[in-house]
Amino acid sequence: MREASLDKLKAFLTLLPSMILVGVFVYGFIGNTIWTSMTDWGGSGAMALEPQKHFVGLENYIDLFTGFLGGNFRQDLVNAVYYSVMLLAGAVGLGMFIAILLDQKPKGEDLLRTIFLYPMSLSFIVSGTIWRWLLAPQGGVNVLPKYLGFEPLTFKWLSSQSAVLVFNWQDILRILVYVAAFILILVGVFKLKKDAGRAMKRWLIPGIVLGALVWVFGSILPDALFMEEEHGFNLATLGIIIATIWQYSGYTMALYLAGFNGISQDLRDAAMLDGASHAGYYRHVAIPMLKPITISAVIILSHISLKMFDLIFAMTGPDNAATGHPALNMYLTTFRGNEFSKGAAIAIVLFLIAAMFIVPYLVGQYRQQGRR
Amino acid sequence: MKKAFAKMLIVFAAALLIGAPQAAQASDLKGELEIFSWWAGDEGPALDALIEIYKKENPGVKVINATVTGGSGVNAQAVLKTRMLGGEPPDSFQVHAGQELIGTWVKADRMEDLTPLFKEQGWLDAFPEGLIKLIGTDKGIWSVPVNVHRSNVMWYIPANLKKWGVQAPKTWDDFLAIAPKLKAEGVVPLALAQNWTANHLWESVALASMGADNWDALWAGKLSFDSPEVVKAWELYGKVLQYTNSDASSLSWQQATDMVVDGRAAFNIMGDWAAGYMSTTKKLAPGEGYGWLASPGTEGTFMFLADSFGLPKGSPHRDNAVAWLKVLGSQEGSDAFNPLKGSISARKDSDLSKYNAYSQSAAKDWNSNRVVGSLVHGVAANDTFKNGFASIMEMFLKAKNPQAAAKACAQLAKKAGI
Repeated sequence: MREASLDKLKAFLTLLPSMILVGVFVYGFIGNTIWTSMTDWGGSGAMALEPQKHFVGLENYIDLFTGFLGGNFRQDLVNAVYYSVMLLAGAVGLGMFIAILLDQKPKGEDLLRTIFLYPMSLSFIVSGTIWRWLLAPQGGVNVLPKYLGFEPLTFKWLSSQSAVLVFNWQDILRILVYVAAFILILVGVFKLKKDAGRAMKRWLIPGIVLGALVWVFGSILPDALFMEEEHGFNLATLGIIIATIWQYSGYTMALYLAGFNGISQDLRDAAMLDGASHAGYYRHVAIPMLKPITISAVIILSHISLKMFDLIFAMTGPDNAATGHPALNMYLTTFRGNEFSKGAAIAIVLFLIAAMFIVPYLVGQYRQQGRR
Repeated sequence: MKKAFAKMLIVFAAALLIGAPQAAQASDLKGELEIFSWWAGDEGPALDALIEIYKKENPGVKVINATVTGGSGVNAQAVLKTRMLGGEPPDSFQVHAGQELIGTWVKADRMEDLTPLFKEQGWLDAFPEGLIKLIGTDKGIWSVPVNVHRSNVMWYIPANLKKWGVQAPKTWDDFLAIAPKLKAEGVVPLALAQNWTANHLWESVALASMGADNWDALWAGKLSFDSPEVVKAWELYGKVLQYTNSDASSLSWQQATDMVVDGRAAFNIMGDWAAGYMSTTKKLAPGEGYGWLASPGTEGTFMFLADSFGLPKGSPHRDNAVAWLKVLGSQEGSDAFNPLKGSISARKDSDLSKYNAYSQSAAKDWNSNRVVGSLVHGVAANDTFKNGFASIMEMFLKAKNPQAAAKACAQLAKKAGI
């Protein structure tokens, strides 16, 4: 008994320094940033030795989401969503596809693996510069068809001004409720097979009712803005998405390949013996077994997509609304515009979005451990 | 052996005698001097020339050249801000003269008033009065300008214009008249590059549209940003934008200048560092190979920007820093620096024979024209406004709505305290 408590004390003392350091430098600073984001630190006196700060509550956040001058931040936020979705789909999909091909043990597999993994070792600023040249309006990709005797492409990978899937920010509340209704219905449809009654009661009916309510009474919901403001998926972001997928699909490939190699050959043979085709083996056996790998890839990549900075800086420059990103906006607002409180508010918004990805994962992990 | 020792003594004494007067001339300052700037690469040699002079005059001082690279100081300013907030100011730092210094550092009470130094060195007479007004407030003068660049210049290639049968436009109406013709020939009438060059074009167009008096009134807070004059400027700007290249946002300013040099575009509005680029990199002779005019509608007005150095409060080696500022403001320092940098001296008495044809013409205009401050390059407005303006510009490039842009500027100005 005594020895055990001594051990506990030792463990505690060993952990104490890092607990204090993490407490101060992670949680303390998060707290400080939250506090800063609720003040009015900025403007002409921002650099004073003792800057004047006043508590203003959520004003900075309200400004960002509904203020007249926050338009750029809102566009950046929309961009960030598209960056995340496309990067996840692209890098996970492509990485998995390459991993499946390499899993067939082609000749020179080691060499190919190295080649595909290599882009990871480049820094974003280097690959950004290379891709900037490749995607220049009159260069690289666009002149490729010329070598085959066709007309060169004219697509503006990085400087297109057009957008698709345009929506009006004014309607953001309505859109959010529609999305919520859609998700409810979707979950309901998936659960329909298992337990029809519960799926109806819990998911489908609330979803349909919610959707119908907005459809009929949507105009009661307040407008977010007094004027129309359109945001959408800017075609100029395509270039940046391509570069990011190129850089990170090798990484997901390595993750999946390790996973595939970890599946025992017996299992594969058994599946084949039962008459599974190659595609069937991957679809029903291998990929479901690698769910933890998929989840960790999604979490790491979503993190990266929220921290996109240097690649955009190198490819399209700091001021380009079409390809902007909240992280870039935060840096410019803080260190170029001297708006420290507003920069802090953007940081907290990003932090909350990142938490949206991480927290469910952590909760899931703890639950699994608890079950064990 | 003894003889050799005596000889050595004599040589040593002689050396002392010869060296002594020089040592008396040089200052007895000691310690270090940290100079914080963003001049590296092409601009490095010009800064080195200044440091050379300083070292000759103050041999006892160890100069630390703290450079943070990055065009127009984007990265350097972020580093500087974190250093200042952390209570670790450099001895002297580079900053664009005007509101970028006044609106950020002077308002925060972080700078020392340099008026005594200006009086002691006779700089109040050496620099043009208009310039001193723009780098000072009623409480003092805040920086020593090292160079002057002109922002409102239109560049073209005379041979190309002859080929297309057009003349360089004197007003924006002239430009709008010849632009469709150029476009029909497959030539981009006006080459444009990424965001900041769009802002740069805007300030030239706005200056032409509203005139120098209104321009000054705007920044003094006497003319509001949503007044009809400003809306008109945005409207004209929108018209001019129709004749620019559509891939602008992915080009650097050099690439836009290249379009003019290669004959893919007719004109380009850019600061006079473009002259240095065309003379040095493109090997064109000023006046013959490339031509210039004040940007349309702004003849007689010199829109300036200047790099300058200030003295932060709490500078660790203050005396060394003051000696550095003296070198910067001197005629010798100015004429050593500017021909290498491709700019002109802010002083009225610089030696023009050291400069090329373009710089000579700019220097002539500098001494005779009405001087107004540039927005994009930190003279007219503080950082908050400048940063916000960049995003308003992006809004305008997308929606092309003059009313909304003017209104957004008015809100921004209120926030930035103009």
